[in-house]
Amino acid sequence: MSTQDLSSTPETRMLNLKLRIWRQDGPHAEGSFLDVDADQIPTDASFLEMLDIVNERLIEDDVEPVTFPHDCREGICGTCGVMINGQAHGPEKATATCQLHMRKFNDGDQIVVEPWRAAAFPVLKDLMVDRRAFDRIIEAGGYITAPTGTPQDANETAVPKEVADTAMDAAACIGCGACVAACPNSAAQLFTAAKLAHLNVLPQGQPERWKRTEAMVETMEDYFGSCTNHGECHQACPKEISLDFIAFMNRDYIKSKSKNRSLASQ
Amino acid sequence: MLDAKIPEGPIAEKWDNHKFSVKLVTPANKRKFDVIVVGTGLAGASAAASLAELGYNVKAFTFHDSPRRAHSIAAQGGINAAKNYRNDGDSVYRLFYDTVKGGDYRSREANVYRLAQVSVDIIDQCAAQGVPFAREYGGLLANRSFGGAQVSRTFYARGQTGQQLLLGAYQALAAQIKAGKVTLYNRSDMLDVVVKDGRACGIITRDMLTGEVRSHSAHAVVLATGGYGNVYYLSTNAMACNVTAAWRAHRKGALFANPCYSQIHPTCIPAGDEFQSKLTLMSESLRNDGRIWVPRLHDDTRSAADIPEAERYYFLEEKYPSFGNLVPRDVASRNAKTVVDEGRGVGPLKNGVYLDFAAAIARDGAEAVRERYGNLFDMYERITGEDPYTLPMRIYPAIHYTMGGLWVDYNLMTTVPGLYCLGEANFSDHGANRLGASALMQGLADGYFVLPCTIGDYLAPRLGDAPVPTTDPVFAEALTEVDRRTRGWTEVKGTRSVEHYHRELGKIVWEYCGMARNKTGLTKALSEIPALREEFRKNVKVLGSPDGVNQQLEKVNRVDDFMEFAELKVRDALHRTESCGGHFREESQTPEGEALRNDENFAYVAAWEWQGPDADPVLHKEHLSFENVRLTQRSYK
Ligand SMILES: Cc1cc2nc3c(=O)[nH]c(=O)nc-3n(C[C@H](O)[C@H](O)[C@H](O)COP(=O)(O)OP(=O)(O)OC[C@H]3O[C@@H](n4cnc5c(N)ncnc54)[C@H](O)[C@@H]3O)c2cc1C
Ligand code: SF4
Ligand code: FES
Repeated sequence: MSTQDLSSTPETRMLNLKLRIWRQDGPHAEGSFLDVDADQIPTDASFLEMLDIVNERLIEDDVEPVTFPHDCREGICGTCGVMINGQAHGPEKATATCQLHMRKFNDGDQIVVEPWRAAAFPVLKDLMVDRRAFDRIIEAGGYITAPTGTPQDANETAVPKEVADTAMDAAACIGCGACVAACPNSAAQLFTAAKLAHLNVLPQGQPERWKRTEAMVETMEDYFGSCTNHGECHQACPKEISLDFIAFMNRDYIKSKSKNRSLASQ
Repeated sequence: MLDAKIPEGPIAEKWDNHKFSVKLVTPANKRKFDVIVVGTGLAGASAAASLAELGYNVKAFTFHDSPRRAHSIAAQGGINAAKNYRNDGDSVYRLFYDTVKGGDYRSREANVYRLAQVSVDIIDQCAAQGVPFAREYGGLLANRSFGGAQVSRTFYARGQTGQQLLLGAYQALAAQIKAGKVTLYNRSDMLDVVVKDGRACGIITRDMLTGEVRSHSAHAVVLATGGYGNVYYLSTNAMACNVTAAWRAHRKGALFANPCYSQIHPTCIPAGDEFQSKLTLMSESLRNDGRIWVPRLHDDTRSAADIPEAERYYFLEEKYPSFGNLVPRDVASRNAKTVVDEGRGVGPLKNGVYLDFAAAIARDGAEAVRERYGNLFDMYERITGEDPYTLPMRIYPAIHYTMGGLWVDYNLMTTVPGLYCLGEANFSDHGANRLGASALMQGLADGYFVLPCTIGDYLAPRLGDAPVPTTDPVFAEALTEVDRRTRGWTEVKGTRSVEHYHRELGKIVWEYCGMARNKTGLTKALSEIPALREEFRKNVKVLGSPDGVNQQLEKVNRVDDFMEFAELKVRDALHRTESCGGHFREESQTPEGEALRNDENFAYVAAWEWQGPDADPVLHKEHLSFENVRLTQRSYK
């Protein structure tokens, strides 16, 4: 037999759910909720597979399926993400929407599914939003200038293990935007700080450190709200990015102001 | 005939000789050339950034919302490089040798040697960009041995190597976007390549937000659009991976090489049910400590704990005493298939084998096992709801990587002048089987180091030529055709969803052109695929408007291309009556049941030429000669 020769497993429980799914035609259209009875949803399905099943049934009924963002379905690409009963990525800690499974829900549950809500993330259609503002922050300075072919041997610069580990902790951010969606102010501090800290702690990141910090923070402020230390971002973050990075960013930003001015005057 | 343009000289000097002999575009003249790069995964992002740094005007396209989402992001294990930092006898030559042998002698020696040479520079480049590779306490780079290699040459960033390498390339690209040297077209689906007077001159895209179809022209076009693993429907690839860009180029004259080669990864979580949308890879490193077994009894319904030791069949350990559970991917996969086919499969659908950590936990303690594999165990539990510390994991092989792709010469140019292909989308360096941690290496070698050098050879003589204007009839014609095709789907008004047809196609391809292939099955597939394709084109149901976001419409074009591609894949598998690497023909095996190559008749690259929708493709052969590596039959006994 082959893996694709499938039928439902006897152990799988089935759930009957009441879904309220946000539908919206475009950034300027009015949106509204679609109420769907999602019956016979297997507990082994992931949340997105549950939406797949719902969509297949909508198509059968000649209703246009719900648009939702997704790609890797492994919690790494950062494409997926919806509000589930008001929580970014849903109820499970440290879990992106695609990795959430229906066994976390109970028979009869009502589940409200909405897109990320933030002025900087306009709704494109249904559950899909535009997160390009994140790319703008990276373009502002979220890189190390190292044109191809110029570098010396990689082991010429030792990076203490603790530093490399901290950089990796920060670099684990998947750019999903849940932090912004969860924040009452729609601030993007956690995302920006994660990227900034990844580069600013490394020896390779030092030459551009202050320029990078000022540019990234100010571009962030152009698009997003301001941080009032709620910490909701960390709670929602599927990669559990630490709030310490925000403190790190704030310190670097203050320093960057004077450093950049004294660099400029030289 | 097919000329791979392999440079003269001894193998170790070919790349240097070539770099010296290619024509150059002077720094001041580079800005006079426009280059289109489709795809912003590792191969595309590294190429686009590097070309822009050199001074070319780059237009980069991706169907993702951001380059950082490309499928490359999901690679876990690591990237190889012949640094020999561990002093364990590694060298450029050894990496070259291992790759040619691992590819079962179906790759081009000169390309593989260059790959091994360049691998060293990749690590330097990525470290300089701030990729947080794992480090030793002294601050120097850490390595591990990966996928059965006898040396430790794999560099890694926790279990997220692909993510970190892609972020490095994406950030380099972002810097060039800011500098104005790259224009990024995100959410743009490339649906055709435009060719004028035999040369690639541009592409047609569909804006995935507005549905608008547009023409883009340039002096050269580069495709770095990834692999075709999703022709199987279920694979470890991201949902959006597809063959469209390569297939459309094929229809415009680019030969497609070795489409039958695909790699199966032995340690994936088996499918649970019909609605399963993808398969999840569990790192191969698990085989270092897990023992693979099934019940000796057929159709055994007891739970694992109730099966006494004597009634457990450790099939890899028994059959391959020296390599045991660490045999290469294809051997491990085929043996799992054999026992499952015999009715010894485990789990509710009897479609898996056990990967058991009980011995490792008894020997080293649960804490030590958690230390090594904690993340993977958590992931497994999240997906299956089962605790691998107390129950053995269930695993089964899944499609993971595709070695075939557009045929390219040593310069990475396809058979259409001016059209290049990089990364997983080309066929080049892995022969019939890819070694672990080599895809990331190849994508970045192509993008950072090879293309930026070789593209000049094509462009230099064209200095002063303006790109073909998008008002040219070739563009108008291609654009009209793309628009007609795309809109047409919403008018079919059939009864079954796109997903349904993709799933049906996947079943056929997996059944007859999956882990093991034979003439009867392949012949059957060759009649079933066109029938399914015909039904699909008449009966698919795509709702909604073509003039806006429409995920069904995006997918239907891709499935349509898979339907045509699948036929070519099966045809290639049918013609190659030998077994090699990931291509196992049941008719060609040793008395012990191992893959048996036929070097006399099949030491060639099979490159297929499109002849139109109703005609059989024509086979071209690039003969492979091995001057530096002696051909041997692999043995893991
Ligand atoms: C789960 C998993 C783990 C892996 N682990 C490893 C590992 O440890 N080591 C290793 O070496 N390899 C690994 N691989 C393989 C490796 O990740 C891939 O082969 C490699 O990343 C492919 O890179 P790429 O740049 O060629 O293509 P991709 O990363 O697939 O990028 C394709 C790009 O093309 C774009 N695109 C495609 N078609 C179109 C179109 N028609 N129009 C517009 N844009 C288009 C996409 O948007 C994307 O930007 C793994 C693969 C998987 C599935
Ligand atoms: S910080 Fe966390 S929540 Fe925010 S984008 Fe990164 S991974 Fe997502
Ligand atoms: S789909 Fe990639 S993170 Fe969820």
